[in-house]
Amino acid sequence: MKTLATKRYHKAAPLFLVLLLLAAITGVAAVTTSAPATAATQVNDQDVAEGQKLFAANCATCHGMSAEGQDDIAPSLVGVGAAAVDFQVGTGRMPMQMSGPQARAKAVQFEQSEIDQLAAFVSSLGAGPSVPTAEQVDGSMGDPASGMQLFRTNCAMCHGSVGGGGALTYGKFAPSLWETTPTHIYEAMLTGPQSMPVFNQANITEDGKRDIIAYLDVQREPSPGGLKLGAIGPVAEGFWAWLVGIGLIIASTVWVGARSS
Amino acid sequence: MSNNDQDQTENTTPESFEDPGQPYHRPRLADKDPKAAKRAERQVAVLFGISVIGTIMAIWAYFGLRDMGDDVASIQQTNTMIGLGVVLSMLGIGFGAIHWAKTLMRDHEMVEERHPLRSSDENRAEAIQKLKDGVEDSGIGAGPDGVPRRGLLKGSLITALAIAPLALLVPQIGNMGGDWNISKFRHTMWKQGTRLARDPDGSLIKASDVTIGSAFHVIPDGLATLEHDRLEEKSKAVVLLIRMDPRDLKIQPGREDWSFDGIVAYSKICTHVGCPVALDEQQTHHLLCPCHQSTFDVADGAKVVFGPAKRPLPQLPIAIDDEGYIIAQRDFEEPVGPSYWDRLKSGDTTSEEVAA
Repeated sequence: MKTLATKRYHKAAPLFLVLLLLAAITGVAAVTTSAPATAATQVNDQDVAEGQKLFAANCATCHGMSAEGQDDIAPSLVGVGAAAVDFQVGTGRMPMQMSGPQARAKAVQFEQSEIDQLAAFVSSLGAGPSVPTAEQVDGSMGDPASGMQLFRTNCAMCHGSVGGGGALTYGKFAPSLWETTPTHIYEAMLTGPQSMPVFNQANITEDGKRDIIAYLDVQREPSPGGLKLGAIGPVAEGFWAWLVGIGLIIASTVWVGARSS
Repeated sequence: MSNNDQDQTENTTPESFEDPGQPYHRPRLADKDPKAAKRAERQVAVLFGISVIGTIMAIWAYFGLRDMGDDVASIQQTNTMIGLGVVLSMLGIGFGAIHWAKTLMRDHEMVEERHPLRSSDENRAEAIQKLKDGVEDSGIGAGPDGVPRRGLLKGSLITALAIAPLALLVPQIGNMGGDWNISKFRHTMWKQGTRLARDPDGSLIKASDVTIGSAFHVIPDGLATLEHDRLEEKSKAVVLLIRMDPRDLKIQPGREDWSFDGIVAYSKICTHVGCPVALDEQQTHHLLCPCHQSTFDVADGAKVVFGPAKRPLPQLPIAIDDEGYIIAQRDFEEPVGPSYWDRLKSGDTTSEEVAA
C-alpha cells in the first residue's frame, strides 16, 4: 500500500492537478458563455418547451400560465417579442422582486441560455421585436453626432443630456445609461419598457438607434474637467459648491480666526 | 413677585461703567515652551514644503503627463494632477503664512483709539455756509427782493435732465427685437393640411408608423428647411404625437374628430412658463414638464393633474391624408405656451377670432 502511494505521488503532481482543474474550468466557462450566441440565432421547439417550463416556474404567478397577464398586476406578454424578454430578464428587472413604482434593475436571475429559452417561448406566443444582432448595436459603426441630435430630441428630457438619468413622477425614474449594454439600450428603444415610450424602427431608424448607441458610448468616457457629479446639471453642481465648497471656506475661516493654543 | 422686585433692584444701571481694561493676556504654548515653538516652526516649514511639492507636481503633470495621449481619460488625469498641484501650492503658502502668524509672530494686544465721527461745530457751520453761498451765487433761489431769478436757466436745466435718459433708453428698447408684431404669438406654422414631420430631420410620418405606446417628437413639414426664423417657428410649433390604446383615451367633447385611432397630438410648450413638456410616461399617459413638474394627462385632454400650470396643453387637430400621412386639420385653436395676456380680458376671444 505504501509503495503504491509513493509511486503514484510525483513531485509535480499538485501543480499538474491545479493546471488541469483550471483548464477544465475555463473550458466549461467558454462552452457555457458561447452557447447563447448560437441559441439566439436558431430557435427550436426544444427551446420553446424549456422556455415554457421556466416561464411556468418563474413568471406565471403574475403573468399567467399562457402569459395573458392580469389587470393592474402584470401586462400580457403576447406579442411583446424576444427583445422585451431579453431586456427585462437580462437586466434583472424581471422577475420583479417586489411591487413598487417601477421594477428596478438588479442582479440577473437567469443564465443567458435560460433567458434565450424564455424569449423563445414568449415570442412563440405572438410576433414581436426580436433581439438585435451584434452589428445592429455596434456603436463603432454609428455616428455620434447624429446620435446626439436624436438623443437630445427623443431621450434627453428623461435620461438627461448625456444619459445620466433623471427623475419622473411618484418614485419612478429614468435610469442612467452609462452601464447599460448596447443590446439592452436597443431593446429598450424597440419595446418601451415601463414608463418609456416605444421608439419603433419607423420613428428612429435602425441606423439612428446605432447612432444613439455611438453617442452614449462617447459619454462613457471620463469627463476632461474632472468629476462629473452624475452629469445631471446645475442642481448637483450647486449642491456640491454650496455644501462642500462653502463648507471648506467656512472651516478655513474659523481656523484663521481661532486663537492659537 | 418678590423675585422680580429683587431682579429690578439688582439690575439698576450704574452711574458709569468702569473701564474693564484689556482682556487677560494668555500666553500661547509656543510662548511658554521652546519645544512647542520649535514644533510650530517645523509645521510652518512643512506647509511651505507642501506648497513646493504642489508646484513641482503641477509642472510635472503639465510636462510629464502631456505625452500620455490625446484621449479624454489621460486629459482628465493631467488636468486633475495640475489642479491638485496648484491647490497644494496655493493652500500650502496660505496656511503656512497664517500658521506662522498665529503661533510664532508677536502676540500682544494693541489698542486703537476710537474718535468721534461728528465733525466740529466750526467745520459744520463752514460747510453749510458754502452751500448757501453756492445757491445764492447761481440765482436758483429767490433774490433779495423775494422774486426768483434765472427762471430760464432753471427750466432749461430741468428739461435737459428729464429727457437725457431717453438717449440711452430709446436705442435699447428699439433693439429689443425690432419686431413689434405681437399677434405672431397667436399663430404657429400649422395650417390646414400641413404634414407632421419628425424632429430633427423633417421626414414625414404615416399613421401606420405610430404604433401603440409610441411617442414622436414632431415639427411641421417645411420647418426643417426654413431659412428665416426657424428656431422662432420651432419654439411655437413643436408637438408631441402619441398613440395609446383607443380604449384608454377619453375623447373631449367637441374634439371627437381631432384624434385618429388613439393617435393624439399636443403642443410641447408648457402652459406654465413655456418649457418643452416631453417626459412621456407611457404607462400612466402622463406628460411631465422637466422645469417645474407640471403634469398633464394625455389620455384626458392633457389636463393638468399636478404642478403650477393653469390650463391644459393645446391640442393639434389631426387627420390622415390620402397617402396615409398624418396632417394637421388647422392651427391650434388657442395660443400655445404660457398664459397669454389676451386671456385676461375675456375668456373666449381667441377661439372666436379663429372661427371668424
